[in-house]
Amino acid sequence: MTRHISRRLAGTGAFLVAGALMLTACGGSGFEEPADDAAGGTATGLTSSDDALTVLIGSSGDAETDAVTDAVAAWSEDSGVMADVQVASDLPQQLSQGFAASTPPDLFYLAPEAVAGYADNGSLQPYGDLLANKDDFYPSLVENFTVDDTFYCAPKDFSTLALVINTQLWEDAGLTDADVPTTWDELADVAETLTTDKQVGLALSNEYQRLGVFMAEAGGGLVVDDEAVADSEGSVEGLEYVRTHLTDGTFAYAADLGAGWPGEAFGKELAAMTVEGNWITGALTNDFPDVDYQVIELPAGPAGKGTLQFTNCWGMAADSPNQEAALSLVEHLTSTEQQLAFSEAFGPMPSIQSAAGDWTSANPDLAAFLDGAEYAQFPPTWAGATDVITDLNSQLESLGTGDPREILGGAQSNLEAIAE
Amino acid sequence: MSALATAPRRAGSPRGLRRGEALAGWAFTAPVLLILGVFLLVPVLMALWVSFSDWSGRGSPLSSDVGFVGLDNYAAVTTGGGLAERDFGVALRNNAWYVLLVVPLQTALSLFLAVLVNRAVLRGRGAFRTAFYFPSVTSSVAITVLWLFLFSTSGVVNTVLARLGIAGPNWFNEPSGVLHNLLGALGVRSGPQALTEHGFLGLSWWDWLAGPSVAMSAFVLMAIFTTSGTFMLLFLAGLQNLGPDVDEAAMVDGANGWQRFWRITLPQLRPTLFTVLTLGLIGSWQVFDQIYTGTQGGPGKTTLTPAYLSYQSAFLSQEWGRGAAIAFILFVIIVLLTILQRWILRERR
Repeated sequence: MTRHISRRLAGTGAFLVAGALMLTACGGSGFEEPADDAAGGTATGLTSSDDALTVLIGSSGDAETDAVTDAVAAWSEDSGVMADVQVASDLPQQLSQGFAASTPPDLFYLAPEAVAGYADNGSLQPYGDLLANKDDFYPSLVENFTVDDTFYCAPKDFSTLALVINTQLWEDAGLTDADVPTTWDELADVAETLTTDKQVGLALSNEYQRLGVFMAEAGGGLVVDDEAVADSEGSVEGLEYVRTHLTDGTFAYAADLGAGWPGEAFGKELAAMTVEGNWITGALTNDFPDVDYQVIELPAGPAGKGTLQFTNCWGMAADSPNQEAALSLVEHLTSTEQQLAFSEAFGPMPSIQSAAGDWTSANPDLAAFLDGAEYAQFPPTWAGATDVITDLNSQLESLGTGDPREILGGAQSNLEAIAE
Repeated sequence: MSALATAPRRAGSPRGLRRGEALAGWAFTAPVLLILGVFLLVPVLMALWVSFSDWSGRGSPLSSDVGFVGLDNYAAVTTGGGLAERDFGVALRNNAWYVLLVVPLQTALSLFLAVLVNRAVLRGRGAFRTAFYFPSVTSSVAITVLWLFLFSTSGVVNTVLARLGIAGPNWFNEPSGVLHNLLGALGVRSGPQALTEHGFLGLSWWDWLAGPSVAMSAFVLMAIFTTSGTFMLLFLAGLQNLGPDVDEAAMVDGANGWQRFWRITLPQLRPTLFTVLTLGLIGSWQVFDQIYTGTQGGPGKTTLTPAYLSYQSAFLSQEWGRGAAIAFILFVIIVLLTILQRWILRERR
């Protein structure tokens, strides 16, 4: 019996040794090599080689995929550098795998909340200051992608939130153009007028990414000027306003109306107004073509106008062997002409100021979204901020019965814990 | 030469096997050992190392610039006092309730179904066996999507409930705990101070006792629906291995059907029961794909599970060490619970 056991132990031991050998073997070869063998350095500090580029995008659909593929192909033809566009099914996961294996895509969509994390571990190549069109980007977008005073990557486009009104329901309720709300009080009034048995005045999404506009309009926010202000009076006042009207039934969360998101509630006419971003126009055209709507700037709160901006940038990998070419591709993709083409194909607004005029004349009805760029706040971008926002959102789901001050107090201490 | 004289053998030589046979044995198992080693053992060992390191997700975890940080990652999720600890507490709470409901219910249901379809008098039992097994062979992603439709606010389940005069909850958007709701219906809306002021893993005892959220309950129903077919098959195999003689002897002794089931059939099924409970325990502590495709931990983090939290920490928050640490804590929990269950189900003399 003992012999049996010792043999089994010996077998396990041999197995472990074999495993350990394999581990060291792996460590010695494949994994550790940085990708700079084929790459020569240049004056800009970027690598340069003949390697083809890989571009990884998280696409919203065929329209976006085709538009990006065509734009990259056009650049390939001009520059003679091969480039391949891949659509990620799960972008953060595929990026993480690429970085871990030291074979990341050269260029990729990158969300602002992920920049700090990837910048910390050295996966990202900061290139913002090298861009020829650097000064053309909206300053708030540049700030959105700046970590420790380094402008990491070029904003590829952006969206803001605005108030969307169903014009038919508006007229049915006896309201006119003169009633369009410009203040919180007016918003509350029209929401009350528009609330009937079948519909609520304003549909909202139960998350900071929408309710944050009210915090901003009251002078608060989560992180403003790199300082955590989640429990400031302004933030509390903003959520208190939402809570009051959730309670009196003139505002409602889309989920409570049985809709997946406010756009659906709006399209199904369960709500007469909603706070959403540029993407709602495409969704309404596709799913609810008969709904007539109007987009206006969000009504001003006690501290003035406020909205939130959402954007992504073209991240560049530090391990990319051909960063020079990647930079040139980014400049092409963020050029005025190209961004206007993207905007026409799949909706978002150009991230550069020189395209504003053309965009507004092409989309006069949506000007309110672009006007928001001037005063937009953005969700915190500190490393770990995503977890804080997720935690906050989990409590905002029960804002109607909760205490805003308590909810925001929790968010404040979580933010302070990750403050840099 | 007597038999005794031949008994002491050369140490290390395989008993009853000639040298060539041992070699052949290793040769035949080598491919499997190699595959298991490369795709299972090595990754597990690497993950174990990551859980003790400050690897940031870039390059190899075995490269020289990755440092050993001891138990820091484990401390962050168990005693850190911050969001990480609270999230882990919430995830454990959610999953513990899930296990507590799923394992007994799926075992009972699968045993019940197995006994039903095992009866010789049942007509068309082949059809029933197939029907009960069907959910198990369907992909969990497909079932999750089906469930999201069934349990949507205006979905089939709520429509049926409405016909019965019950206003159904907003299933996958309802974060309130079932036990808290029951207590609330009895007029208890906040816990006694003893429970609210003290807690474990950043969560007060009162919150631990919230019960599964309404959203999690829908997942509980789904797990029971999908897995009971598989386990029914195991019980069925167990039942068909039982000889009829013991049962007949009991019948002669005058035991009725109920007594025969509890005192004759069930004790004989103990090995199958152990298998089913163990598989159920492991499967339900590792619930991931339903959460990933269905709710991503929402509403109100009430469907967050350690497995999903581990994924989230690593891939989305770039806290790789923390993600690996959660995975190994989960591993320890599963092993301990399996040992406990083995001890409870041991043969008593």
